[in-house]
Amino acid sequence: MSNIDAYRRRFLLGAGIASVATVAPGLVLRQVNAKPADEAVTDQKRWGMLIDVDKLPNGGQGVVDACKAEHGWGHEEHSNAEQKTQWVRTVKVTEKLTKHEFKLPVMCQHCETAPCADVCPTGASFKRVDGIVLVNKHICIGCRYCMMACPYKARSLVHEAIFDQKPDTPRGKGTVEACTLCVHKIDAGEQPACVASSNGAIVFGDLKDESSEISKQLKARGGKQIRADLGLNTGVRYQGI
Amino acid sequence: MTSRVNGTLATLLLLFTTMVFSGCEDTAPKPRLETAKAKSESCVEPTGVMRRTHMDFIKHQRDETMYKGIRTQKHSFKECINCHVPDKKDGKPVNYLDSNHNLNPDHFCATCHAYVGVKIDCFECHSDNPAGAAPVDANHAVGGSHE
Amino acid sequence: MSSKKITYTEIENKGIGFYGLLGLLGFFLLAGGYAFLAAEHSGHYITGMNNQIVWGLPHIFAIFLIVAASGALNIGSIGTVFGKKIYQPLGRLSGLVAIALLVGGLIILLLDLGRIDHVIEMAKGNLNFKSIFAWNMILYGGFIALVSFYLWTMMARSKLAKRLYKPAGFSAFTWRLMLTTGTGSIFGFLVARQAFDAAILAPLFIILSFAIGLAFFLMLLIFTYKCTQREIGDVLLNKLRYLLGVFILATLLFEVTRHLTNLYATEHHAVESFILGGGNFYSNLFWFGYVVLGALAPLVLIFCRLLKNNRAALLLAAFLTVVGGFSLLYVIIIGGQAFPLVLFPNAEVSSSYFDGVNNSYSANIGEYMLGMAGVAVTLLIVLVGVKVLRFLPTSLADSVIDPHAKK
Repeated sequence: MSNIDAYRRRFLLGAGIASVATVAPGLVLRQVNAKPADEAVTDQKRWGMLIDVDKLPNGGQGVVDACKAEHGWGHEEHSNAEQKTQWVRTVKVTEKLTKHEFKLPVMCQHCETAPCADVCPTGASFKRVDGIVLVNKHICIGCRYCMMACPYKARSLVHEAIFDQKPDTPRGKGTVEACTLCVHKIDAGEQPACVASSNGAIVFGDLKDESSEISKQLKARGGKQIRADLGLNTGVRYQGI
Repeated sequence: MTSRVNGTLATLLLLFTTMVFSGCEDTAPKPRLETAKAKSESCVEPTGVMRRTHMDFIKHQRDETMYKGIRTQKHSFKECINCHVPDKKDGKPVNYLDSNHNLNPDHFCATCHAYVGVKIDCFECHSDNPAGAAPVDANHAVGGSHE
Repeated sequence: MSSKKITYTEIENKGIGFYGLLGLLGFFLLAGGYAFLAAEHSGHYITGMNNQIVWGLPHIFAIFLIVAASGALNIGSIGTVFGKKIYQPLGRLSGLVAIALLVGGLIILLLDLGRIDHVIEMAKGNLNFKSIFAWNMILYGGFIALVSFYLWTMMARSKLAKRLYKPAGFSAFTWRLMLTTGTGSIFGFLVARQAFDAAILAPLFIILSFAIGLAFFLMLLIFTYKCTQREIGDVLLNKLRYLLGVFILATLLFEVTRHLTNLYATEHHAVESFILGGGNFYSNLFWFGYVVLGALAPLVLIFCRLLKNNRAALLLAAFLTVVGGFSLLYVIIIGGQAFPLVLFPNAEVSSSYFDGVNNSYSANIGEYMLGMAGVAVTLLIVLVGVKVLRFLPTSLADSVIDPHAKK
């Protein structure tokens, strides 16, 4: 972020005006209200994402790369492929009978009743009141019970020492991690990195605000959950699956 | 009988004290504090307070940020690093460990923690240098409600 | 207590056998310690575990020992709670073995954590009571405390101890049922995993604990009495033998029920054919390791009339039961993880992160070392226990323990 951007952001925040992000010409303007930095998050909001699979080229490989660049995961030197961290991946699905095929990015679905948070012995896995499921690595003991419980295989244990982390994404050996919904960006009034890189295929916003873009789209077109049968009421929804 | 026990105890005590003090010939290198003031003359709290209780500030802020999303800059760990660790030295980022995996005297946190002999585990997860972070407001006129 | 006077004495072996055994266990302990330090220093990449199979061999060892712990207490409980006098002389050893098994298992679990230094946070109050894991911490701690108390009521000479013997036995028994339910529930409530989402896992673990706890106890009993040249009568051994047979049968029954109910639900057909259908390691381990070697073979050894009073056969049956229990846990826990998560029913999935593929796992030497160290801790506690305190009856001959023994 350049100095000017930073200055402008501060100015806008200071004046209490919503920062406005334009993604690309012709696309819908999305507004995200930033809260003041000293204000606690509330349950008046629930953050969510709506992913239109048809609009994402190559199953969203681009958003996977954007996530990697933002958080720096997946570069472990010693870990083998099964041990490497993977916050988001693209999954190819082929219906057995019809051979209908589609691809979608799968990451932490930010469940309302998150199984990972239920099973965590220390409470390190928790859901923030605004719906973001996180790991408090300060108290994570690395037992991996959450990984057993997660229906989406969204979580990874860091299998080796990590150096040169991104300042906004602390990551370390022996703790479990997953998509944070770019909580550091959300708190600053910005959009998650994947959303910003998706060319409008992913809509991010407040599911509790009826006038938000995501709520309007969900109401009009619906949004499917992966494993909806589990009743987890996920914060990440899909169209085209 | 008792005198023999006493004798043994005295010998053990002597041995123990010798062992303890034998390490004291090599005094630990004085911490290099100049890096701490490279970007700003004053910290967010008086020096004495910071020396004694910086960990409490950081820990308090840690939970505020983690659970409530409060990201004021005054006691933010990221801001500590932004201000106290140089951006680059000889064109390279300054890490808390040197190439031999010893605490690096050029890193403000590391140099002092090496001096007092207190383990520091923040950097097992957190970034130890200001890589890519926003430039520091050198007067610490940040934090509080206006940010 | 028992009608006839039972005397308990410490074992007196000072010879090369005792210290040799001590040294051997110490060696396993050191090896396990080394394995722990290596993984603690480098991270889990040096193990065979990964982000697909997150719990590996150390967890099988740990869960085996923890489950066996509550089973080993059963022998004492039968004497105290169900008033079978013939079992009462074994009460002390039963309590000791139970504590030793639990400690051995817990040590493995602890040493396999990614951040063992963060465990202190739980002591600081970071406990999530929705988590069966957090409950288990309390159940395990309580188990050790209650069984220690139970041991005290059996071993102290005071009147108070005698008065508290029954209540202590009852509470320890109740507690151990909760404990194994808790351990079984670790897996029973993982709704998303095809192999684990069955509440029957909790009672299955209880009945399995009866079998492997008794088998482990029997092996220890026969071994220590052989080494110390003390006598065990056939009456007691045959009681334990048939008890073991019943427990093995009951475990088999629960396991069959579990698979049959699973087969009734279409969504479980894939995982059931993975485990039962043959052609992979887990399937072979299930059929040959558990069903044939670990259940049918010991049943034959136990109920075959020709082998009555044959101690070698009993010892082998107990050993095979242990092998079977271990295999069953391996199939349930690791086989259950090897089967991929179902993201989309009726569809094939593939990705760069092993979606839709059967995951593979092979433990490396460090994981064996850690697991064996847990077993060594258990044996070491028992060995030191019977050496310094009066856990073992001087004789378990028929005439001593059974006044009505026909001779």
